[in-house]
Amino acid sequence: MLYQDLQSTNLVEVCMALTVVSQIFPREMIPAVLPLIEDKLQHSKEIIRRKAVLALYKFHLIAPNQVQHIHIKFRKALCDRDVGVMAASLHIYLRMIKENSSGYKDLTGSFVTILKQVVGGKLPVDFNYHSVPAPWLQIQLLRILGLLGKDDQRTSELMYDVLDESLRRAELNHNVTYAILFECVHTVYSIYPKSELLEKAAKCIGKFVLSPKINLKYLGLKALTYVIQQDPTLALQHQMTIIECLDHPDPIIKRETLELLYRITNAQNVTVIVQKMLEYLHQSKEEYVIVNLVGKIAELAEKYAPDNAWFIQTMNAVFSVGGDVMHPDIPNNFLRLLAEGFDDETEDQQLRLYAVQSYLTLLDMENVFYPQRFLQVMSWVLGEYSYLLDKETPAEVIAKLYKLLMNDSVSSETKTWLIAAVTKLTPQAHSSDTVERLIHEFTISLDTCMRQHAFELKHLHENVELMKSLLPVDRSCEDLAVDASLSFLDGFVAEGLSQGAAPYKPHHQRQEEKLSQEKVLNFEPYGLSFSSSGFTGRQSPAGISLGSDISGNSAETGLKETNSLKLEGIKKLWGKEGYLPKKESKTGDESGALPIPQESIMENVDQAITKKDQSQVLTQSKEEKEKQLLASSLFVGLGSESTVNLLGKADTVSHKFRRKSKVKEAKSGETTSTHNMTCSSFSSLSNVAYEDDYYLNTLHDRGDKELKTFSLNSELLDSESLTELPLVEKFSNCSLSTPSLFADNSMEIFHPPQSTAASVAKESSLASPFLEETTEYIHSNAMEICNNETISVSSYKIWKDDCLLMVWSVTNKSGLELKSANLEIFPVENFKVTEQPGCCLPVTEAESTRSFQYSVQIEKPFTEEILSGFISYHMMDTHSAQLEFSVNLSLLDFIRPLKISSEDFGKLWLSFANDVKQNVKMSESQAALPSALKTLQQKLRLHIIEIIGNEGLLACQLLPSIPCLLHCRVYADVLALWFRSSCSTLPDYLLYQCQKVMEGS
Amino acid sequence: MIKFFLMVNKQGQTRLSKYYEHVDINKRTLLETEVIKSCLSRSNEQCSFIEYKDFKLIYRQYAALFIVVGVNDTENEMAIYEFIHNFVEVLDEYFSRVSELDVSFFNTVFHGTWQAHSSPYQVLVLALEDDPTSV
Repeated sequence: MLYQDLQSTNLVEVCMALTVVSQIFPREMIPAVLPLIEDKLQHSKEIIRRKAVLALYKFHLIAPNQVQHIHIKFRKALCDRDVGVMAASLHIYLRMIKENSSGYKDLTGSFVTILKQVVGGKLPVDFNYHSVPAPWLQIQLLRILGLLGKDDQRTSELMYDVLDESLRRAELNHNVTYAILFECVHTVYSIYPKSELLEKAAKCIGKFVLSPKINLKYLGLKALTYVIQQDPTLALQHQMTIIECLDHPDPIIKRETLELLYRITNAQNVTVIVQKMLEYLHQSKEEYVIVNLVGKIAELAEKYAPDNAWFIQTMNAVFSVGGDVMHPDIPNNFLRLLAEGFDDETEDQQLRLYAVQSYLTLLDMENVFYPQRFLQVMSWVLGEYSYLLDKETPAEVIAKLYKLLMNDSVSSETKTWLIAAVTKLTPQAHSSDTVERLIHEFTISLDTCMRQHAFELKHLHENVELMKSLLPVDRSCEDLAVDASLSFLDGFVAEGLSQGAAPYKPHHQRQEEKLSQEKVLNFEPYGLSFSSSGFTGRQSPAGISLGSDISGNSAETGLKETNSLKLEGIKKLWGKEGYLPKKESKTGDESGALPIPQESIMENVDQAITKKDQSQVLTQSKEEKEKQLLASSLFVGLGSESTVNLLGKADTVSHKFRRKSKVKEAKSGETTSTHNMTCSSFSSLSNVAYEDDYYLNTLHDRGDKELKTFSLNSELLDSESLTELPLVEKFSNCSLSTPSLFADNSMEIFHPPQSTAASVAKESSLASPFLEETTEYIHSNAMEICNNETISVSSYKIWKDDCLLMVWSVTNKSGLELKSANLEIFPVENFKVTEQPGCCLPVTEAESTRSFQYSVQIEKPFTEEILSGFISYHMMDTHSAQLEFSVNLSLLDFIRPLKISSEDFGKLWLSFANDVKQNVKMSESQAALPSALKTLQQKLRLHIIEIIGNEGLLACQLLPSIPCLLHCRVYADVLALWFRSSCSTLPDYLLYQCQKVMEGS
Repeated sequence: MIKFFLMVNKQGQTRLSKYYEHVDINKRTLLETEVIKSCLSRSNEQCSFIEYKDFKLIYRQYAALFIVVGVNDTENEMAIYEFIHNFVEVLDEYFSRVSELDVSFFNTVFHGTWQAHSSPYQVLVLALEDDPTSV
């Protein structure tokens, strides 16, 4: 019938047939009609073409393999002169691009052109909806563009214009234009970012969020939720609106707001956000909402919990509300967390102890019903960790569990958990009547499972020694050695097989075979479709033979599966990021200090408002203040620039700092200028000043960017004291004269006494460009690393901006010529070493020096590594020799300051996944934040981006270009360091260095 | 992606339903009652989008008739919201002032005539192809 209709010449019949095909069509029959439908793509009537495209789309949905060969024809449909056909083809493209965007990048141009035409109103007026041209078509195209431009700068560049135009055109105040705008914003934030577009999109979001129309507000929140991770500042701009939405009478808006907050949660605002979520949770009754929200709370609690008590209490709330509907992963993960613990053993014990105590108090309450899952968690924890209690004896705990066991409302599954807990506690309880009573009661239980457990307990109870060895204390996460292959049964199986028993087949295999036997019959009548369905059909003969091959040795594979299951089930939710136990080791200090940042923010808020409008502050209602307090606590962690953006204007704190630095600059400027004046009276240079001259020269070369040799650095900065003035005078004087020295190229005068410089300088004219190069950067002192009677090798490091330059200078001490001296570095593990084109003399003359330059990069972070190599050379008398050497390189050699703005810092901060937190005690000399940061800047070469109140932002990069960000905060004499980086190991190493520096000084 | 399209009146009687994903017949009734219940519980000040299980409902009320569209979470709510209105505009044109009775008596018409070619229909066809399985 259908076949006939498709071949009919009557348009209506073909139309109906195609409609039916796209609505209900079995996959097996696709090959039969596919050629006919393909033909219809060339039909003269556009409605037929469109329906054919849609039918093919349907095929693509149910059996993508079978329409693969006609992808090229879709392109023709995309370029069809009829808009309907083109629009229909977009569905297929959206789908295919979603699956594989890279394959369709070449079509970006076409999509952009189409969208341009649509937006430009080139379509017939028929397609207008409330004078907006084909809005749904626009939305479809925007979605496609968003998928194509994702993480692809070149493709994204093609669409910037049209997106801009779309944003501009959609200014009409109609719902459907908002729909387009929303899609536009989505696309703009999906593709490779362009600041202008982002700005416009952000404005759009602002319009949505601030709209009095509830539907638009919803859209705005949804858009915010989407963009929040890329641009947290946007949330800060709209924070007051978000707070209002949190108390909105519409639960849907509330929920969307919570979703938004969930995305911006961090360690600082977690308590407030989780509290809000719990409030919502208590109000909602719908199961789906509860499951969803409970999962999120549990995730946040695990990730960011500030302390033990909070964590356990939050999880208690989660368990009692989430109860039996929540995802089983949550209690499992929680228990795993308790059992496996973290690095710090005492911390783990505290957490466990707290959990045990809180559960005991919960169980003490009368007439409270807890969900079964919660009871199970409780019984497990009590069973494992009751030994940590001082006051209550195991017998008391057992009594409580017994009370629960006798409760009728407890399910039998939970009862087995309870019995297991009692079993674990029994060996610790010495003798307990309760246990005996329990055994007595449950050995006659009707529930077989319970009865078995009770008997187990009974027999174990009779043999206390065995019981103790079987159920040791706190061994829950140690693996038991179990013979998973059941090899001790092999003999039994072999015997059975030899007696003619059929080999064991697992259930699924038996079922499959049964099914395939049935299916064979069914397949026969559909000869045509059989061959094609063979590819995808599950019951294909090939599939079965494969299946039975795999499960041939059934017992073994089955067991293997369970083995692997065990491993797969383990999800490491509790990584280094997130909840860090060490933080609590100073809980006391912290809890005391915690309110401080919030207060300081509040101060800022207040100050800013005072500036803006003092009367407003006076009239400000109490309620508003509360809201602001909430806002400050909610948005506290959003990048540390939060205080700045939060207020929408420059903060006073950083201003203060800036002013201070300016003063410093001015001062130093003053001093130098006066020095210059006085110095001009100096006519000659004293030899003593040469060294200083050298340093100062380098200093001047680099301007006042970074001060180099650190001792000097501090001297210069602190040079306000008069005693040091003469020295500085000398410096500046020298610096005045150096240019002339270089111009003359008279190296003999420029004669730094330090051995490195000396050896380099000795190289006369050839070495001079090299010298100039080295002077631009900071370098270490030269060290002799090895020598023998003919040569001595010294090396020094030059910390160039983009690499570490190692220089080895080989001095020929003998009176003979050295030939073909060669330096080789091996092994080069962890390093990437490249030779620099230096001065390479084929012959090293007697008593001269030559140097080798290598730029060194590292492959992965480390604390300290040894770079070793050897020098081989020939003497005049063709006798060759080798000399080995090694140099220590530390991580710090590869750390460079990363100069970024606070804004970039915020963005980078959110994009990095690896973080490490640690509190470091500061010595008294550097108790203030600026001095501590200065130490870090000097010793570790971190770049200070900004200091806001008691928080500081620093950044550095590991060469070649692995950024690492540091967020510092001071409480009392504790410096809380928080590293984030794109590299997983770098934060750990840097933290170590920081600790060394902070404790060392 | 649209999952279903419902026209239900305030009394909970379904006037038109179209599912684009398979749902058991007896489950459909349950779903429809739940959907209309949650729509009725909303006031005018609340937004027209409801989160229901793992998908979203977008509804519009015309007199005593609710039109509810169930979509998954990748859908643009506002686009669907306007799509409902477009649909009603088309009905209005076809029946010249459409009423609930028209919808219930001319159920078959709905499945046949969505492809007419005068001006508003053209838009509707494009809009419906938002989920082409509906055409």
